[in-house]
Amino acid sequence: MNRLFNNKHFLGMLFMLPAGVLLLVFLTYPLGLGTWLGFTDAKIGRAGHWIGLDNFQYLVGDSVARLALFNTLFYTVVASALKFALGLWLALLLNRRLPFKSFFRAVILLPFIVPTALSAIAFWWMYDAQFSVLSWALERMGLIHTYIDFLGDPWNARFSTIAANVWRGVPFVAICLLAGLQTISPSLYEAAALDGATPWQRFRHVTLPLLTPIIAVVMTFSVLFTFTDFQLIYVITRGGPLNATHLMATLSFQRAIPGGSLGEGAALATLMIPFLLSAILFSYFGLQRRKWQQGGRD
Amino acid sequence: MSKYSRRDFLKTTAGAAAAGTLGVGGATLSEDALAQGRWVPEKGAKLRVLRWKRFVQGDEDLWMQNTKKFTQKTGIEVRVDNEGWEDVRPKAAVAANVGSGPDIIISTFEDAHQYPEKLVDVTDVCNYLGGKYGGWYDVCKSYCTHKNRWIAVPMGCAGNALVYRESKMHEAGFDKFPSDLAGFLKLAQGMKAKGMPSGFALGNATGDGNSWTHWVVWAHGGKMVDQHNNVVINSPETIAALEYAKELYQTFAPGTLSWLDSNNNKAFLDGQIGLTLNGISIYYAAKTSQDPKLKELANDIQHAHLPIGPIGKTTELNLFFPMMLFKYSKHPNAAKAYLAFMMEKEQYEPWQQAAIGYVTQPLKAYEANPIWTSDPKHTPYRDAMKIMLPNGYAGDMGYASAATMADFIMVNMVAEAASGSKSPKEAAARAQQRAERYYKL
Repeated sequence: MNRLFNNKHFLGMLFMLPAGVLLLVFLTYPLGLGTWLGFTDAKIGRAGHWIGLDNFQYLVGDSVARLALFNTLFYTVVASALKFALGLWLALLLNRRLPFKSFFRAVILLPFIVPTALSAIAFWWMYDAQFSVLSWALERMGLIHTYIDFLGDPWNARFSTIAANVWRGVPFVAICLLAGLQTISPSLYEAAALDGATPWQRFRHVTLPLLTPIIAVVMTFSVLFTFTDFQLIYVITRGGPLNATHLMATLSFQRAIPGGSLGEGAALATLMIPFLLSAILFSYFGLQRRKWQQGGRD
Repeated sequence: MSKYSRRDFLKTTAGAAAAGTLGVGGATLSEDALAQGRWVPEKGAKLRVLRWKRFVQGDEDLWMQNTKKFTQKTGIEVRVDNEGWEDVRPKAAVAANVGSGPDIIISTFEDAHQYPEKLVDVTDVCNYLGGKYGGWYDVCKSYCTHKNRWIAVPMGCAGNALVYRESKMHEAGFDKFPSDLAGFLKLAQGMKAKGMPSGFALGNATGDGNSWTHWVVWAHGGKMVDQHNNVVINSPETIAALEYAKELYQTFAPGTLSWLDSNNNKAFLDGQIGLTLNGISIYYAAKTSQDPKLKELANDIQHAHLPIGPIGKTTELNLFFPMMLFKYSKHPNAAKAYLAFMMEKEQYEPWQQAAIGYVTQPLKAYEANPIWTSDPKHTPYRDAMKIMLPNGYAGDMGYASAATMADFIMVNMVAEAASGSKSPKEAAARAQQRAERYYKL
């Protein structure tokens, strides 16, 4: 026994065991079960039978599921791009010498701190067809004559929910990028300035390459969070109008839990995995490549 | 399945009656329950009840008061958890699935038909209550019986009625609320011409959206399925209904495509719409408000039944509440005693009154509850159970009807056609295709 406990490998395994068990029970098992359910016709309260690819075949032909896929991709791409642009801009601003810098840095985090459901309810009111404070303000300013139908028109609803997501997600991107910016040595900027580099050149050739590893990680997380978003949509639109804002996550819930089709809902959720995996792979094999980071090309 | 069976039940009750003991702490239930020696609570019984959160405060207050009364009489501790009504269904489903959770779940619509084999047979409770209180409305049997046995005790339904502004109806040239489809459309158009739009939810609103879209399709003779559960939604009757909805949509306030369940309440109370379909909660909010403006609005509010279409009978869909007792419960007798107690006249009628009739009774005797006549504006809600059709009409209730509703197939179809995003024919064809998926099993 004593010898066993003196064995480095055994001890290592022993210490890893709790983490391994946690991962197995709370990550691998649910994921495996979810994937398995996708291949069955499980209903709530009834165990399913293996039906192979039937759920997936149906979903591929289902117009609502296809619309949800389009909505999810559109939502993720547009919201992530906006979050990146605004987040980076904000991080650059906060990295400068500003009065009340600490105050601004704290305030910036507020949207991220507020529980999503709460901020979603606030947006729901702001976008209300009858009581929107935005429409009210614009009307008072004489800029519009009728209230904007933020959530009643499919495209308006898509952009409105994206705006809510961006508002909520920007602080995360901004604060992470700010942390990245602060690791860049000021001497590099001084050297660049001495060489006569313009601010744009300093950003393009010093900041951006050194920030790329952080960008890769932050944007991977951001894309994953956005792609799997649920709460904002569930509170603001429930997937309406005409299913124009249904994301794969919300449709999966609607079909699986209130609808009782566990198998189909699980299949829909499983269909998200390839997209999520490709986002991760792109980040790891693409954005983190040294060549790219140093401004080189393949 | 729990170890408790009907045979055990008979044995227990007979034994208890013979011994002249009545369970925990000398439990005393209502006279009738005692006389029949029913539902002797298990020793040390405790109950957990999950129910939907009140829509009106009076409901919750009295429900809790009645529960306390039950505890005082029987010594059985009852914990009642309240959840938003749309969250109860998934929780009930999970409880059924994992075989653990609250003893009683008060859920919605045809939940009992989704997992009938997980529920305790409550035929004895329902026979007792039905026998004592004038019988159950037919729709209760559709929702709560399976293979000739009761699998849930009906609690009632949140009745819907058309809520309208009387003064605006007069302005539109009507003395009386129309009871036919053509007249109803004309009224809505007339009110809109006078600057008072109507508003019916077309977003993914589980309650209001489903209620009015089912009505409009059913009233024209359209239906999701026939008696044999064949999907028949793509029919000339449905298309006629969608054409009608399209015209009605022109009278709506802006934004109804995004409306969820509470939007019409807010818009009506703010005076932005003058006609909608809702429970009694709009009137309740106006009547109990301290705001003089809302008090004035309450005087102008009237209620009416939904018009009857060419089908020649009422075709309303109301939010039904089944009370389900799960087989995993360790105290089924105590739970049955609780269910029976809460449905007894001494508890049920004051509860209905406290909620100013938000819940319409499933037992015919409670039609005489003064709440329905003390204010004539309450009366239309009295008939909700009598005139409603079950979800999944005209087929069976179960997984398919629940899934079809949860996937908003009817709501989406009407919304697509009404808003013009699809032609009525396209919308009906798409609904047919979507529903077939659920009904193919």
